[in-house]
Amino acid sequence: MYKLLLCWRYLRTRWIALASVISVTLGVATMIVVNAVMAGFAHEMQTRIHGILSDIVFESHSLSGFQDPKWHMEEIRRAAGDSVAGMTPTVAVPAMLNFQVRGQWVTRQVMFIGIDESTHAQASDFDRYLQHPENRRQLSFSLREGGYDTVDSQSDGPGPTRPALEGAGWPHRRMRVARERLWRERQEQQQGAGADESKPIRPVDQQVDAVLAATAPAGPASAEDTDAQSSDGQARETGDASAADKPPGQSGVAARQDPFRAARPDEGRTMDPAREQFTGIVPGIGLASFRDNTGVDRFLVLPGDDVKITFPTAGTPPKAVSDTFTIVDFYESKMSEYDSNFVFVPIVALQRMRGMVDPQTGVPSVNSIQIKLRDGADLEEVRNRLRKAFPAELYAISTWRDKQGPLLSAVDMEMAVLNILLFMIIAVAGFGILAIFFMIVVEKTRDIGILKSLGAGAPGIAGIFLGYGLFLGLVGAGAGLALGLAITWNINSIRTVVEWLTGQRVFDPSIYYFFKIPTIVHPATIAWIIAGAVAIAVAASVLPALRAARLHPVEALRHD
Amino acid sequence: MTDKAAPGPLLSVHGIRKNYRSGGGILEVLRGINFQLESGGFVAIVGQSGSGKSTLLHLMGLLDAPDEGEVWLGGERVDNVSATRRDRLRNTAIGMVFQAYHLLPELTALENVLAPLMVRHGIAAWLRTRGEAHDQARRLLDRFGLGQRLRHKPRQLSGGEMQRVAIARALVTQPRVLLADEPTGNLDEASGAGILDAICELNRRDGLSIVLVTHDTAIAGRADRIVRLAAGRVELV
Repeated sequence: MYKLLLCWRYLRTRWIALASVISVTLGVATMIVVNAVMAGFAHEMQTRIHGILSDIVFESHSLSGFQDPKWHMEEIRRAAGDSVAGMTPTVAVPAMLNFQVRGQWVTRQVMFIGIDESTHAQASDFDRYLQHPENRRQLSFSLREGGYDTVDSQSDGPGPTRPALEGAGWPHRRMRVARERLWRERQEQQQGAGADESKPIRPVDQQVDAVLAATAPAGPASAEDTDAQSSDGQARETGDASAADKPPGQSGVAARQDPFRAARPDEGRTMDPAREQFTGIVPGIGLASFRDNTGVDRFLVLPGDDVKITFPTAGTPPKAVSDTFTIVDFYESKMSEYDSNFVFVPIVALQRMRGMVDPQTGVPSVNSIQIKLRDGADLEEVRNRLRKAFPAELYAISTWRDKQGPLLSAVDMEMAVLNILLFMIIAVAGFGILAIFFMIVVEKTRDIGILKSLGAGAPGIAGIFLGYGLFLGLVGAGAGLALGLAITWNINSIRTVVEWLTGQRVFDPSIYYFFKIPTIVHPATIAWIIAGAVAIAVAASVLPALRAARLHPVEALRHD
Repeated sequence: MTDKAAPGPLLSVHGIRKNYRSGGGILEVLRGINFQLESGGFVAIVGQSGSGKSTLLHLMGLLDAPDEGEVWLGGERVDNVSATRRDRLRNTAIGMVFQAYHLLPELTALENVLAPLMVRHGIAAWLRTRGEAHDQARRLLDRFGLGQRLRHKPRQLSGGEMQRVAIARALVTQPRVLLADEPTGNLDEASGAGILDAICELNRRDGLSIVLVTHDTAIAGRADRIVRLAAGRVELV
């Protein structure tokens, strides 16, 4: 009984011991916060990776792919049984994306992915990441008549604004085409004016109004209708010259390159870019935009603009071919690796352009089949079954975890190392407790002698100090728990305050594509941290407790 | 408060030798002491500083073990018993009072008196016997005139008051023998006389067996018997 009483009295009267507890508190709090944030990041990353990759990816080693995806899908269903919830074929090839910004060609290395609009949503969360609400419901590679989100649909707070997307879609396309025509017209007039100065030049506003009036009311033509036409040289040339907003002079250059255009206004014009589009594509948002320091996304190209993509054909050896495409939406998974690398296109169009359709039988080829499993299905088990059913020399079959294995294990490793390092902080606190306890034992030597003279045994005396260590550990861990949870739950407000105080961006959403620092508190992790901290505090008091227990009563009583 | 039923001497030591290592050599503090205390007796041990009287008291109080010789308490040889048994005997059979009071500074006067009972009991037993223990401790403190100072910490008490708390603490376990080591040594004359009166009264009225160590022959004169130690030997009984 005296042990409890004395522990309590020592706890209340020895403030120096409480000072050593502060380091336990800080260590525990830091561990809780870091673990919560890292778990949040890891979870967010896994959801994103998993949202983009389907559960299992069935691929060919060859870029030319394998023939007859339908047969393959039936075989997969036979091998995997009831676990398959959905499948979709894809074709992925490395490619180069080119577009013109203010007269300069911008080139990006991309992964060009053909997807099946009707089945792709069954296999991944692809649709969720599009910028047009209609596309999120049902993806279409036809350009929309406006209505793109100007605020990020995935953020729950006031995310970055995207004013540029306000007029994207057909209005942007018509405006751009009108502007280009206007410039051409002006250029021609200026050239003509040199010869005949009496001809008046119309004011710019009037010209724009006239062009808009001529084009706006008409409905856009279907995108699919133009797919075949997109291989037409003339139509491509139009798209080529009209990549982006152009300052004076640039389109003039284009016009000069084609000095006969005025002479043959209707020749070869199989499509009108103001009413028709090329094959639709959905590039990752990171390819076309950047976030400025006010948090507003600026776009280099918009839905409605045309871009050129160069990619290899399926022949041996592959040859590079180029074609023009119209951007119809943007894809934003918030994984910058994907958002700045992927360009999606209808699989049928890509198969045709690459020559992946057998000219005799009409059977297409694909590079991979994305497989979505039912909830609760065992990923690895299904993968192994598929590996058994298909020869490994021809097909690579992997789960989404396998695909991102190095990244996921790097995150796990990082977390483990960080936890070890942080635990060192608590271990240092343990040495602090050890030192302070030795001091207290020396200070209390006479009291220990008194207790022994009253009949207290060695275990009892040791118990006082072990109990005291336990108390300190509990107090420190408890305070650390409260502090850690308080910081975790308010981490975004704290971030704002820190950013305001220092003027530095602590957490830059344009790097992480999160608007808030994600946190997940796992009770089991907290339990481990607290148990560890308390164990260290008790362990640190073992040596002083033994020393106290071994004191000779007579010498202890004589101690001053 | 004494064990009148025990036959023979209550406390006896036979041929006690005790050496201490000091510096390079060995210091012989006790060189074959024989001594006994009858039940209800009051013996004063006198001698000059360094004569070994405190060491003898510590050996009788089981705070230390002799190098040679035997210690008997109530018919049981106690110098070679286990540590647990020794702790138990210290707690139940022996009450000790020291020159420097040796109260626990973190505890109040009442808690100090209760301390030996707390040491004896575990939490459950303590909660069961708490009321009784408190009554007993209060009665003892009342008897020594400290009824109003129960909640005071030792630093708020005078030397005489502290020593009276220490005596109350020694008595709360109802020991067979009270060992007092210069109980008046740190006190002024008046307080010292009060303490001495209290100790004598415990022997005369309650029949408590007492061993009192002092260097003051006047104080020793209050005892039934005086043992004089010199250079580690009993010089005069």
